[in-house]
Amino acid sequence: MPGRIGSLFRNLLRKNTVEQALDDELQSAVALLTEEKMKDGLSHPEARRQALIELGGVEQVKEEVRTVRAGRLLEDFTTDVRYGLRTLAKSPGFTAVTVLTLALGIGANTALFSVVNGVLLNPLRYAEPDRLLALYSRVPNYDRASISYPNFLDWVRENRSFSALAAYRPDDFTLAGRGEPERVAAEMVSASFFPLLGVQPALGRTLLPEDDQIGARPVVLVSGGLWKRKFGSSKDVLGQPLTLNDVVYTIVGVIPADFRYTGINFRPSDVYTPIGHWNDPTFRNRRAGMGTFAVGRLKPGVTIEQAKADMDALGRHLAEQFPEVDKDTGITLVPLKQAVVGDIRPTLLVLMAAVGFVLLIACVNVANLSLARSTGRTHEFAIRAALGANRGRVVRQLLTESLLLALAGGGLGLMVASWGIRAALNVLPEALPRAEEVQLDGRVLLFTLAASVLGGILFGLAPALKTSRADLQETLKEGGRGLSGARHRAQRVFVVVEMALAIVLLAGAGLMIRSLVKLWSVNPGFDPHNVLTFLISFPSRTDSAEVVRATWRQLHDSLNAVPGVQAASLDASSVPMASESDLPFWLEGQPKPPTQAEMKITLFYIVEPDYLNAMKIPLERGRFLSPRDDEHSPIVVVIDESFARIHFGGQDPIGKRVNFGILNLTAEIVGVVGHVKQFGLDEGPAPGLEAQCYFPIVQFPDQFIPLLARRVGVVARTAGSPLAQVGSIRHALGQVNAQSVMYETKAMDGIVADSLAVRRFSMVLLGSFAALALVMSCVGIYGVISYLASQRTQEIGIRLALGAGRWHVLQMVLGEGVTLALVGVAIGVAAAFGLTRLMANMLFGVSAHDPLCFAGVAGLLIFVALAACFIPARQAMKVDPVVALRCE
Amino acid sequence: MGEKRTDLLRGTLDLLILKALWLEPLHGVGVSRRITQITKGAFQVSFGSLFPSLHRMEEKGWVEAEWRASENNRRAKYYRLTSSGRAQLKVEERDWKQVVKIMTAAVESA
Repeated sequence: MPGRIGSLFRNLLRKNTVEQALDDELQSAVALLTEEKMKDGLSHPEARRQALIELGGVEQVKEEVRTVRAGRLLEDFTTDVRYGLRTLAKSPGFTAVTVLTLALGIGANTALFSVVNGVLLNPLRYAEPDRLLALYSRVPNYDRASISYPNFLDWVRENRSFSALAAYRPDDFTLAGRGEPERVAAEMVSASFFPLLGVQPALGRTLLPEDDQIGARPVVLVSGGLWKRKFGSSKDVLGQPLTLNDVVYTIVGVIPADFRYTGINFRPSDVYTPIGHWNDPTFRNRRAGMGTFAVGRLKPGVTIEQAKADMDALGRHLAEQFPEVDKDTGITLVPLKQAVVGDIRPTLLVLMAAVGFVLLIACVNVANLSLARSTGRTHEFAIRAALGANRGRVVRQLLTESLLLALAGGGLGLMVASWGIRAALNVLPEALPRAEEVQLDGRVLLFTLAASVLGGILFGLAPALKTSRADLQETLKEGGRGLSGARHRAQRVFVVVEMALAIVLLAGAGLMIRSLVKLWSVNPGFDPHNVLTFLISFPSRTDSAEVVRATWRQLHDSLNAVPGVQAASLDASSVPMASESDLPFWLEGQPKPPTQAEMKITLFYIVEPDYLNAMKIPLERGRFLSPRDDEHSPIVVVIDESFARIHFGGQDPIGKRVNFGILNLTAEIVGVVGHVKQFGLDEGPAPGLEAQCYFPIVQFPDQFIPLLARRVGVVARTAGSPLAQVGSIRHALGQVNAQSVMYETKAMDGIVADSLAVRRFSMVLLGSFAALALVMSCVGIYGVISYLASQRTQEIGIRLALGAGRWHVLQMVLGEGVTLALVGVAIGVAAAFGLTRLMANMLFGVSAHDPLCFAGVAGLLIFVALAACFIPARQAMKVDPVVALRCE
Repeated sequence: MGEKRTDLLRGTLDLLILKALWLEPLHGVGVSRRITQITKGAFQVSFGSLFPSLHRMEEKGWVEAEWRASENNRRAKYYRLTSSGRAQLKVEERDWKQVVKIMTAAVESA
């Protein structure tokens, strides 16, 4: 083949030389013929005339040769295609099954590849995305911590590697004055944020450096969505006022509706305000991160290694300058794409491998079908060979048929894929970063084409080679009854391969299912059923601590008065599996660590006494917070068992005192409760972040109350379905404060389920692939066993005639299937043993070599294979010896 | 039906050309004369079929061509059988005998 294509090109490229050589050859033939005729006594002109006549016209001969040389390939191809289409149309059943099998295999591959393509392969949709880096603070035990704004400003000033750095942090604002007050999502961003990403405003301008500082005139950018919703996409929006949290901002620009940024802690928002404009004292404190992160664009020619060295030096410099807060603090740089895609990569690669197996099984299955079918065509090929078709030609003919099937399968597969992508993303969108970028693009189409062609060659080649190797004389002598030994061996091998591949997929899916079952039975440390969580925002931020506390008490009382609410508690800071905040502390009686970095850290839950009942967290010792712990009484705190174990060992922690330096207070430990799985059901040991403590919200120091005044969370245990209570709760809130907004309303068990989203995504996909593999390999073994049994009809007839029992026949046919299945299962188990290790980090509480799972899938496959073989075996059992023998 | 007929003729012609080149390299006109000779005048191969066949066989690697002087000192393109051409000749001879056997049996069976 390559030689022929080469000569096709040679003929096209060097057309003139070839033409010249052809011309020379024919002229020389004319001369030779003329000479011959002249020897017979003809005159030169007459001899030449006769020579030309005998040659049949120089031009005609040339044309014939040209057709042969350059066009043959094409001509053969069209003939093959036409012939192939005719042949396939003659066996519609075979064609339909084949195309369908391939469509499923190729479709599943295309769907998954488009996910891999959209998430892992495609560059981020920003200008020169390779130069974008995500920046984090690096503290002991955690290298992706949030960044304190004063530190960020120093980074901007002192770095030599970035052409621009931008900080951002999320917030929520109450938008008033345009219809009902509502809660809008906001991001505070540096002025450099949008220019750095290369985002142009849809209207107006983005933020300017002069907007991005304390005391500047408040300006705001609105999203395309808000622009449409609140301003009907009117061009007059520029210069209009927008009241957010009682501050009047001026709208200076509109961000395009399709703007996306998926950095940590960044949400698609309704409004964007300048971060440097925010004068909150905690935000301006070098100790506090306040959820701020940053993105940077490297200067041209600067490598990430150079930038790392530069920022490391900068970090060391800051640590010297501010040892009290910045000691042991560094800067982490991660390519933005890696930061966005996160740790989904190994999962996707495992899934891609799995779906590749599905395609392999589909190919093997189709190869098997083709092989069985080609048996009936042996005679056809023998005759073609006898008539001068060489072996390559026959192989090419068969491959053309395979490719036609594969391309049809690929076309149908595209439809399967586009449906599959939609289904997968609809069911499990939260599992995937960049999910909105997943689509069928050029590269995916190319992949599908390549998969189809490769698949076509793969499943076409084996039968083609087998058929073409058929000994002509043997076949013709046999009178077309087909070949025996060798062909059947190939089919048996195919079945074994299929079984083995199916076992690998089943084992993978089985392990995922076992992991999820294990995870679901993990005790999260609280009872997530029938718990509603939401946030409440208040427009005012100027109230005194007393007024805020009074509002909280009012809220608490009216929430708990809602029928159907059994226990409701306000909360702030950490919410299990949703958000966390931590505090440095030291125990009283121990020396105060010289720097914040050397202090211990605990997760910090600001709650009310009813929290324990709302969440059903078990009390282990002492008491929980009580309504008597108010702003006038001694400050108390409740710790969890991890806190007690880590910091007190065997000692009784009750009565001990904890010093929270950053809050300027010391609290007495009054009780110990159970540990809550803050980081999801699969929470492993989180060094340094295991300890948890509960602090009464009303005892929060006056000076920090403004941080909580604008927004507070609620957990409420409800009598029935939590979401059914939303209406009455919202009504109760409206009674307390008409300006308050209830948002991010979620059922707690939904939050718990979301923490398993990636695993569920993998399980659903692996499970469907395995199911597909199971069905296909069953069809495969059924096909082969019934084919083999039908080939042995005469033998069976003789056996029966000679007195063999029908059960013996059943046993014989079943035995053949079981042998194949067992060999396949054995190979598959061995292969799976090696391969499941690659998915070890997707598993939970189950070994990659879990014997129960392996035994289970092996048993399942053998059982299903037996069932598939039972049908042909029963038919064989019913063979009528008289009919069978008469066949001959 | 017509297609198969061409196949048959083409197969036959290939066999004859290979056979003609079996002893020594020949130019196109020489091949034509040799075929006439070995078929005792029964086959007059037209050059319109001969040259395309030669070129096709050259592409398949069964024959190779070289320019050299003819017996009359004219430049002519000579075709020589390659080893794969020799192998092909064996195959075609065997197949042909088989077809003949079958066809004979078929014709006589009636």
